[in-house]
Amino acid sequence: MIEIEGITKRYDETTVVDNVSLVIEPRTIAVIVGTSGSGKTTLLRMINRLVEPTSGVIKLDGADNRSVPDYQLRRSIGYAIQGHGLFPHRTVAQNIATVPLLLGWDKDRIKARVDELMTLYQLDPQAYGPRYPHELSGGQQQRVGVARALAAEPNVLLMDEPFGALDPIIRTKAQEDLLAIQKRFGTTIILVTHDMEEAVHMGDKIAVMDAGKVLQYAKPAEILARPANGFVETLVGSSERPFRLLSLGRVRDAVEPGGAEGEAIPGDASQRDALAELLWAGRPALPVKDGDGKLIGRITVEGLVKRARPA
Amino acid sequence: MKAWLPALLRLALLVLLVAFIASPGWFEPLLRPLTENGAPAIYNQGSLLTLTLLHLRTVLVATVAATIVAVALAILVTRPAGAEFLPLSRSLVNIGQSFPPVAVLALAVPAVGFGEKPTLIALFLYGLLPIFENALTALTTLPGNVMEAARGAGMTGWQRLVKVELPLSAPVILGGIRLSVVIGLATATIGSTVAAKTLGEVIIAGLISNNLAFVLQGGLIVAALAVLIYDGLSAIERYAARRMGRETA
Repeated sequence: MIEIEGITKRYDETTVVDNVSLVIEPRTIAVIVGTSGSGKTTLLRMINRLVEPTSGVIKLDGADNRSVPDYQLRRSIGYAIQGHGLFPHRTVAQNIATVPLLLGWDKDRIKARVDELMTLYQLDPQAYGPRYPHELSGGQQQRVGVARALAAEPNVLLMDEPFGALDPIIRTKAQEDLLAIQKRFGTTIILVTHDMEEAVHMGDKIAVMDAGKVLQYAKPAEILARPANGFVETLVGSSERPFRLLSLGRVRDAVEPGGAEGEAIPGDASQRDALAELLWAGRPALPVKDGDGKLIGRITVEGLVKRARPA
Repeated sequence: MKAWLPALLRLALLVLLVAFIASPGWFEPLLRPLTENGAPAIYNQGSLLTLTLLHLRTVLVATVAATIVAVALAILVTRPAGAEFLPLSRSLVNIGQSFPPVAVLALAVPAVGFGEKPTLIALFLYGLLPIFENALTALTTLPGNVMEAARGAGMTGWQRLVKVELPLSAPVILGGIRLSVVIGLATATIGSTVAAKTLGEVIIAGLISNNLAFVLQGGLIVAALAVLIYDGLSAIERYAARRMGRETA
């Protein structure tokens, strides 16, 4: 659990972060979204004390984050940044091993962990371990950056626009990978982004920031359905709103009894994708299958349209 | 075909240089036409091999000392605590460079006597600036997100310096050392005016006795050394930079 209590950061006369309080539940993803200059990155960097707050307290699992030396604190918190910041003079394996090495893990344990993470991220340890970062593609570099952040099994992972430099196709893949890994390790993730789409897709809760203040901190559906003010509404984008709301739900939750003609849609696809399929196929309904390929009902345009508006 | 031509030329130069230093007698007929009145064509007041080794030793000692001091100074003034000394250290090192080496020799002789010492002092002062400037440039232009990642990973200041900053700066610092070595190789010849044992001895002997063959052989050995060492250090630099995915011009 991360408790941010009345955090303020001032540079001379400018207040960058203004009396922010947030509680982030363990094993969830909190996304801080805002325009550039909203103070979201500064807020993130105060959690691992890359920036010291002017006033306020941040507690990690109840302990003040100033109770240990800053470098020790940072070794216990994963940190992944835009443009990954890999060490160009170290191999992929050495990059991933950075924090475990600082913590003094023994060699076998480090190697086992590096291999585990590389395999998890679909990078063959034999082939990619000895390579240098510049020999990898952008998407691979990004994965190594996240693997490095996760290497020492941190409970908390801070991410500052980690997908910012990726092209759309690789970005979607990277987001899916992160969600899968978050489920697997149960890491608490705080992710900073300017992309509302990403925030809705990734976040268990979203904090919308502007001019150093948190305007709204709520579940994605709540933010979409009941934006706290005009700024949040603009950021949500009124033309995208119904589709973003649909993207939160799974097809299996919108299944109706009965059958339909056409290619079956998997039950764990998003309702937004299902609507797109329906519109493109030009059919009022399509069958739905579960993970084993068994048909479990159908999904209709009519049903989805109802769900595209907040209840 | 073209790729190995420069390498072949360098190898030929190296072979020629070693042959000349080891057995100058073989080249006597070539240099004979440059002498007058039956003067010796090959330097005969000492072994060319010994002089070359002493010359190289002088440059090596001075460069190592200059590297240690210049890099240490650059590290010091790029730490938050030392930032205010940056302008001061810059001007100090610049003063070292603006003194003509001959003036340094003239001033150093009364203080430390004749011989190798004044030469070492002059070379040391002369070598500081290129290394300091390059180290400073390298340490102040490190990629921001890499440094951010190093801090975020929980490296202490010392760990960041040793594990990230210095390795990343190495190619550029090496470039400064290379310049310094080449300047040193040439400047060391002047040291012979204050009785340092360097290849300058051969050149000065030639100038005094009006023997062009002496001047030429002293000068050519120094030039060949400079070219070969410059190329060697450039190659190391390129290797270090390539490993980091950076191409040097």
